[in-house]
Amino acid sequence: MQQGASPTPRDFSPDQGKEPPVSVAQIPVRAWKQWRDRAIEFVLLAAALTSIAITAGIVSVLIYESATFFRHVSFVEFVTDTMWTPLFSEPRYGIMPLVLGTLVTTIVALAVALPLGTIVAVYLSEFAPFRLREILKPLLELLSAVPTVVYGYFALLFVTPLLQKIVPNLPAFNMLSAGIVMGIMIIPYVSSLSEDAMRAVPMLLREGAYALGANRTITAFKVVIPAAFSGIMSSYILAVSRAIGETMIVAIAAGMQPNLTIDPRQPAETITAYIVQVSLGDLPHGSIGYQSIFAAGITLFCMTLVFNILGYFLRRRFREAY
Amino acid sequence: MTDIQSIIRRRKRQDAVFNILGIVCTSIGLIVLAALLIDLAIDGLPRLSWQFMTSFPSRFASRAGILSSWVGSLLIMIVTASAAIPLGIAAAVYLEEYARKNWLTALIEVNISNLAGVPSIIYGLMALGVFVYALGLGRSIVAGGLTLAVLILPIVIVATRESLRAIPQGIREAAYALGATKWQVVRDHLLPYSTGGITTGVIIGMSRAIGETAPLITIGALAYVAFLPPSPISSSPPFVSFEWLNSPFSVLSIQMFNWVSRPGHDFHANAAATGLVLIVATLLMNAIAIMIRYRMRKRIKW
Repeated sequence: MQQGASPTPRDFSPDQGKEPPVSVAQIPVRAWKQWRDRAIEFVLLAAALTSIAITAGIVSVLIYESATFFRHVSFVEFVTDTMWTPLFSEPRYGIMPLVLGTLVTTIVALAVALPLGTIVAVYLSEFAPFRLREILKPLLELLSAVPTVVYGYFALLFVTPLLQKIVPNLPAFNMLSAGIVMGIMIIPYVSSLSEDAMRAVPMLLREGAYALGANRTITAFKVVIPAAFSGIMSSYILAVSRAIGETMIVAIAAGMQPNLTIDPRQPAETITAYIVQVSLGDLPHGSIGYQSIFAAGITLFCMTLVFNILGYFLRRRFREAY
Repeated sequence: MTDIQSIIRRRKRQDAVFNILGIVCTSIGLIVLAALLIDLAIDGLPRLSWQFMTSFPSRFASRAGILSSWVGSLLIMIVTASAAIPLGIAAAVYLEEYARKNWLTALIEVNISNLAGVPSIIYGLMALGVFVYALGLGRSIVAGGLTLAVLILPIVIVATRESLRAIPQGIREAAYALGATKWQVVRDHLLPYSTGGITTGVIIGMSRAIGETAPLITIGALAYVAFLPPSPISSSPPFVSFEWLNSPFSVLSIQMFNWVSRPGHDFHANAAATGLVLIVATLLMNAIAIMIRYRMRKRIKW
C-alpha cells in the first residue's frame, strides 16, 4: 500500500488515549465498544433507508395528488382525449399531446445521440491513442455538465436561428432545435458508458479477431460491440430516460403550447415543460390545475421507470458477463 | 496474390475511413461545446460587471443584476452540501461495509439505482408535496436545499461506494487483526483512504445541483427577488441566526430562465451573462474533480 498520508501511531493502537487501558477495565470497555458499534450501524442503516423514504415520498405524493385529479377526470378521458387545456375555462384533460411532444423531442435527441455517441465510443475504445482518449473523454463529459438552462438558451438563440437558414419557415419555437441540442447533451451518457463496456471486453477476443485477419473496424463491429452489447444497451436506455425527463431545454426552446403533432418542426409542449409552465404561475394548492401537474408527473415517472428497470437488469447482466 | 493485397488495401482504407469518422464525430461534440461557450461569451461578456453582480433584478435590463440569485445559489448549496454529504457517505458506508446480503439490501440497491434515473422535475414534485406542504417548510431556502440534496444523493452514494470498493480487503483484515472494531476500521482507515473519490463525487454532485432549475421552479422559487435573506450573523446574542433558512429565494439558473424567456434582446444579454457565471462555476468544479481524480489515480497504487 502506498498512501500519501503517513500512518500515525493511532493506526496501530486505536484505543490509546481515548479509552482507559484495556487491562484496567476490560469488560466495560468492550461492552461500550460493542454498544457504540451497534448504535453506529443503526445510524448508518437509517441513512441508507432514507433512499427508500425518498422513493416512498415520490410515489405517495404522485399517487395521492393524482388520485384526487382522477376523481374529477376519468382515466379514459385522460388517455384518449386529444386536447390538453386544464387551465382554460372549458378544460380538456387529454395527456396525449404532451406525451407525443415528449416522444418527438426524445426521438430527435436519440437520432443525434445514439449514432454519434456510439461512433465516439468505438473511436475512443478501439482507435484513439491512450493519451488522446484520456484527454477527450473528460472533455466530452463536460457536455453533460453544462447546466440545461444554458443549453436552452443555446437552442433558442443560436441553434434555432441557424436551423432557420436551412429549414424554411421554421418557427422560433420548435421541437427540432430542442431535440438536437438535447441529443448533443446526452452524447456523453452514451459514449462514456458504452466505451466502459467496450473496454471491459477482454483483449483476447480482439487478438483472436486480428489473428484471423480482421481490421480494427471489423473487430469493433463484429466482436467488441456484440460482446459489450448489454452494456451498450444500458447506456442507450439511460439516454432515453434522460431525454424523456429533460426539462429546461424543451421548456425554453420548444414552446409551451400543447400541440398534437409528430412534425418536429412544429412547436409543442412536453410533459416536463407543462409542469414548469404551471409551476411558474401561482396556482392555489389543491386546485385541479395544481393536481394536473401530478397527473402529468406520474405519467412521466411511469415512462422513465420502465426504462430504468430495463437498464438495471441489463447492467446486472453486463456486470456478470466477465 | 493480388486478391489478398487488394483485400488488405481495402481493409486498411476501411480503418482509415472509420478513424476519420470517429474524429469527426468527437469533434462535433467538442465544436458544439466551444460554440456554446463562445456564443455565451459574445452575448454575455459585455454585460458582466461589478454592477451586474451587486444589483437586484430590475424592470430595466441595463440596471438589473444577479445579487439575490447568486446569494440564493450559494445558500442553497450550503444546505444541499450539509444534508447530502453526511447522508450519502453514511448510506454508502452502510451498503458497502455493513449490509448483509438480504432482501432489504437488495431493495435499497435497486432503489438507489432507480433514483439515479428519476427525472429531476419529479424530485421537484415530491419536494412540493413533502417539503413545502406536508412538512410545512414553505417555499424557502431550506426546502430548495433539501430538494437538491435528495437529487444528488445517488451521485454521492455511488461515488463513495466505488472508492470504498477500491480499497483492498487486506487493509480491513489487517485492522481487524489488530483488534479494531468495524467502526474504527471505517473511521481510521476506509474513510481517510477514500477521501479523494468521495470529494470527486461530491463536487460532481454539487456542480449538477448548481445548474439544476426545474425542481426549484416546481417548489416555487421566485424569479424576482429584490432583497437578501436575513444575515446569518447578528450583532446581538446569540449572534448566529438561522432565519435565512426560511427566506424565499431565487437562484442563478432560475434568473437566467426568467430572462431568456422574455422577448427583447436586452434581457437576453443579461441571461447570457448569468449563464456565463453559471457555466464558469460548473466547469471550474468539474475541472477540480477531474484533477483530483487524475492525481489520485497516479498516486494511489494498492
